[in-house]
Amino acid sequence: MDIQHKLEILADAAKYDASCASSGAARKDSRGGKGVGSTGGTGICHSYAPDGRCISLLKVLLTNACLYDCHYCINRRSSNVQRARFTPEEVVRLTLDFYKRNFIEGLFLSSGIIRSADYTMELVVEVARQLREEHHFRGYIHLKTIPEASPALIEMAGRYADRISINIELPTQQGLSKLAPEKNLARTQDAMGHIRGKIEERHAEKRKPEAPKPPPFATGQSTQMLVGADDSTDAVILQRADLLYGTYRLRRVYYSGFSPIPEPSALLPIKPPPLVREHRLYQADWLLRFYGFKVEEIASAAAPNLDLQLDPKLAWALRNRATFPVDVNRAPREILLRVPGLGVRNVERILSARRYARLRLADLLQLRVPMKKVLPFIIAADHTPARLGLDDDSLRARFLPPPRQMELDFAAPPVAGDIDSVRSGEL
Amino acid sequence: MRTVVIQPVFEEWRDRARGLLALRVPPEEVLWSDEAQEPGLFAEVEEASPRGPVPKVPAAFLDMARSVAAHTDARRWGALYRVLWRLTHGGERHLLAVATDPEVRQLQLWCKAIGRDIHKMHAFVRFRLVATDEATGREQFVAWFEPEYRIVRLAAGFFEKRFAGMDWSILTPHACAHWDGSMLHFSPGVPRSAAPDEDALDELWRTYFRSIFNPARLKVRAMQSEMPKKYWKNLPEAPLIAGLISGSGGRVEKMLRTEARPAKPAPKNTYLDSLRAMNECEPPPGAPPESP
Ligand code: SF4
Repeated sequence: MDIQHKLEILADAAKYDASCASSGAARKDSRGGKGVGSTGGTGICHSYAPDGRCISLLKVLLTNACLYDCHYCINRRSSNVQRARFTPEEVVRLTLDFYKRNFIEGLFLSSGIIRSADYTMELVVEVARQLREEHHFRGYIHLKTIPEASPALIEMAGRYADRISINIELPTQQGLSKLAPEKNLARTQDAMGHIRGKIEERHAEKRKPEAPKPPPFATGQSTQMLVGADDSTDAVILQRADLLYGTYRLRRVYYSGFSPIPEPSALLPIKPPPLVREHRLYQADWLLRFYGFKVEEIASAAAPNLDLQLDPKLAWALRNRATFPVDVNRAPREILLRVPGLGVRNVERILSARRYARLRLADLLQLRVPMKKVLPFIIAADHTPARLGLDDDSLRARFLPPPRQMELDFAAPPVAGDIDSVRSGEL
Repeated sequence: MRTVVIQPVFEEWRDRARGLLALRVPPEEVLWSDEAQEPGLFAEVEEASPRGPVPKVPAAFLDMARSVAAHTDARRWGALYRVLWRLTHGGERHLLAVATDPEVRQLQLWCKAIGRDIHKMHAFVRFRLVATDEATGREQFVAWFEPEYRIVRLAAGFFEKRFAGMDWSILTPHACAHWDGSMLHFSPGVPRSAAPDEDALDELWRTYFRSIFNPARLKVRAMQSEMPKKYWKNLPEAPLIAGLISGSGGRVEKMLRTEARPAKPAPKNTYLDSLRAMNECEPPPGAPPESP
């Protein structure tokens, strides 16, 4: 099979992984070295496919043959998809050729599991080793690891990679037992704990001034959860994400709406969840990480699923009207962050500018704050919302999108940044 | 009122602004213009810039000015000088912290446009391999790019860091940047015809682009807001886009009509056996609770 045909199969097999970040790596570049590559800035999307996803890395599987039978996955052993396998040298060549043409920021390598976890992991690590040691490649490398691989191999992966990840796939063991019978939540989390320990250990060593420079280690780990393949509610998904951020210090949790695959499984829903659900989960995730929200405030036992029609911050504000209106000239940061329509950056600008002047609506307009959205919730030097407005039952109706846009309007910006920034992790 | 005509580069503006500031010339009395608006009209030196003390300016302002200078809006020189004046003689040293000030805001917006253009240049430059130096073995690449603003100098450092191990040139209509392994240098702009059209790898890249696309998640607007059409003409993958979009409906239809595959039994494999054994004795994972 020629390289083009392999690439076709093994990129197709990798496209269901949403992760694309190439930021957050340690600063390094190719000056004074023998090869090419640099990392450490904000990530760059070198292209976009018509699915709106950023193309920043060469994202491929080493092989799409797999012993496992994860029913949401095109590569599971029950699928009749055509199989292919790259040699490590082929992946190395492709990565360097694409990189030198500025098509990509680096490599995201994953693999179906063949023979055993360790056997597979050795092949994956070998690609990274060749890139780093034989070709002096200093670009971004993201390696997918297998929880059951030996700690020594995961350590080697971390030495060569900027980021490593293990996909949690589903938020509960019940879901996994049904749809991914070989996978196990506790073992996955154990492996994440091990990686967290390594990352922090290396970080602490780096800060000892007199110690010799420690060998590099990945600066972060991330994971992906599938949405809509099992019946987990948004509350369950977000609780799992919150635990992963808190306990294992993950950089990112990616949410991937289950999408139909060419080899459907008898065990799975035929109809995919609306794409907007995934979008709302990203927004909620942002609220947890940057806006000081708690999971129970966004998705509670009483209302376990996010409102698909309103962004979760606005939905929260409408449920908590007593908090509003808040005075943009006085309210502390934590409260300003709760105002629908005020993003992290504009909150900082407001805090800085109000030290010198009392802010009026015209000032907020300068900041391009969405006025229609914020007005009912704020007080400014020349504005007090009609109390009536906040109590009014029709307030929610005012924010609802026109019905025809419901499942189409993905360009509408989420709470912070645009949809791309939500994906790539930049604020 | 005096008219100051400069070459449209940051250094020229900075030198003239310094002189004017030392002479305490208020912004209302200066009309700025550059060669872009008045071609052929050279800056006549009306008075030697006095080397008197120049008030200290926040470093953040100079960074901002360097970037704003690369914009093409004719009002930028005057706007920069006004903010500079307010920062120094106007008694508003804190001015840059006031993002709600219309003049500061305008500078920020120009900066943002420049920053975006630089970012897109970093993203969408496509190098083509033209030769390999026989003596050194270094590969030589050439790219053609059409930035919206005059950002080649601002954007070039990134390419030096990333591609130090190869020789490269980036050609644009108004300036070119070159790296030979030891020095970055610049030359005047050239026409499109000076750059190569194809690279042997382009076809492989298009294969990748086609294969990584998921037809079940069509989001054309999200793609276009990040990769506006004006860049498409220099992207080897762009000609595929229309076909991928129009073909996606049929592909999804087919997936939905495909008969579901039954689960296959596990093959004989010692590793799978060991996994199964582990799964059977694994205690259930801890928090959070499995159902709310
Ligand atoms: S382990 Fe599961 S998700 Fe990964 S390739 Fe195999 S079947 Fe797919």
